[in-house]
Amino acid sequence: MRNFLFGAAVLLGAAAALPSFLAVEYYYFLGYTVLQLIVLATAWNILGGFAGYVNFGSGAFFAVGAYTAVALYKWLALPLGLQILAGAAMAGLLGLGVGLLTLRLRGIFFSIATIAITIILETVVLNWAYVGGAKGLPILRPTEIPLFDNYTQWLFFVMTAIAVVAVATARYIQSSWIGRGLRAIRDNEGAAECSGVPTLKLKLAAATVSGALMGAAGAPYAMLGSFIEPSSAFSLNHAVNALAMPIIGGTAHWIGPVIGAVLLGTVQQVVTVTISSEVNVLVVGVLLVVFVVAAPEGILGLVKKWRQPSSK
Amino acid sequence: MPYVAHPSFLVLGAYATYVVAGFGIDPLLAGLLLAPVFFVLGLGIYQFYYLTFERRGSDQGLRGIAFFFGIAFIVQVALILVFGVDQRLVDADYIGTSFEIFGDMRVPKRMVVAFGVALALTVGLAAYLARTFTGRAIKAVAQDEGALRLMGADPVRIKRWAFGIATATCAIAGALLIIIGPVDPNLDRLYIGRTFCVVVLAGLGSMSGTLVAGLILGIAESVVLTTAGTAWAPAVAFGILLVVLGVRPAGLFGR
Repeated sequence: MRNFLFGAAVLLGAAAALPSFLAVEYYYFLGYTVLQLIVLATAWNILGGFAGYVNFGSGAFFAVGAYTAVALYKWLALPLGLQILAGAAMAGLLGLGVGLLTLRLRGIFFSIATIAITIILETVVLNWAYVGGAKGLPILRPTEIPLFDNYTQWLFFVMTAIAVVAVATARYIQSSWIGRGLRAIRDNEGAAECSGVPTLKLKLAAATVSGALMGAAGAPYAMLGSFIEPSSAFSLNHAVNALAMPIIGGTAHWIGPVIGAVLLGTVQQVVTVTISSEVNVLVVGVLLVVFVVAAPEGILGLVKKWRQPSSK
Repeated sequence: MPYVAHPSFLVLGAYATYVVAGFGIDPLLAGLLLAPVFFVLGLGIYQFYYLTFERRGSDQGLRGIAFFFGIAFIVQVALILVFGVDQRLVDADYIGTSFEIFGDMRVPKRMVVAFGVALALTVGLAAYLARTFTGRAIKAVAQDEGALRLMGADPVRIKRWAFGIATATCAIAGALLIIIGPVDPNLDRLYIGRTFCVVVLAGLGSMSGTLVAGLILGIAESVVLTTAGTAWAPAVAFGILLVVLGVRPAGLFGR
């Protein structure tokens, strides 16, 4: 635990100090994107990897966070920190609702229900003129930023903090009784219930935390591009990334989604720059299928196998 | 089986029809010609799924779903890469003309054609599932694989066959899709909602229920389209789906 806290502190310090060495704004943009993927993947893994409920609706949580932040910024000009808290709270509420769905739905029907939620919310936002509807809404960033030279660097720091919180949460859940309960649900929900695991309470908690973290990842989204519109905020790519990265990294451990997000996020950025953004999306899809088929335990599973080649 | 890729194959069927119809073949005929190709494609996909997941016993839960989700995603992105995001359409004698009934009322011929073929296909499939040995075995495999094995039928072969038929249906349905209107690669997301809405509303495994459910969805979408405007239409199928899943997951005709 102490090592983890120390590492987190060092990371945050580095993110805060980085602007004095590196000034190119583009690198902060890249870093922000990868960090955002880490948060999404980690959040997805809390419900999907630990508890086995496959959420296809990550885009909905992300966009709820983003649009909550935008609406509050336009209405009350809230500062970024409060926007993120509000976005996380709204997305957490949505997560609670999704958690209630798990009462009746399992497997593929749960997944389809989360897609349904995404499309319905996207339609609502498309018809909501206050936040720009289908046209989108340009946003003026605040001109005064505490401590940092430009707004992208500040957002990079904020996202680093969110990522640290997300990973710390996943790590805590994994090692506590909550994680053990969720794993029991994943392996056999009926048996878990019979053995006295409070399955509903745990599922609701996992769905809420997962949703809130995704919302937090989405909240600063509009600030990054000074613009927001529904089709990119609700994009299927968020859902695919959030699902593919933990599976590629390994769902059993909190580090898995981080590995998957860092690797895949970097590859994506390289492919986007060198080839095209469509191919980059294709790469994620193909890698997802390849890993699911050939390395079901993800990169973590491969590493484990490589370390103990004899024991099977 | 967590087969979420079905709507993607529907859109793939529409695009395949577009390509074949480009050679001057009637789109409906093109769909029929493509059906055997899609049948083989379905057999292949199931065989792959069986070898990599079911035989290892890892088809339950996360990975099976992720596999089909990945396939669906690849199909969609591949279509975007090949055809771009523009809408595509086909041409035939019965597209763009209409029957006149009672002077002012007009019924587009393409709609009549699509309706007739879809009805024939549904009734044909229902009869196949209810009357033939293979058809009944397909219904049985969904209920109890072990019992089916005891009756002397191979559940894997039955499932592969069912998969082939389902995918072949996609070719014909895709042809109908591009006959009634232009298609674009992002259509599959909408059809995930429509497909599952109809299937769940009908009750899993009920073929006659799908006709009723399809009718209900169609009317609901038209009503919303005319009262609330086109922008709300996509939410209809998913809204109904969500309500049915939350209130009565067995659907209207399910047991």
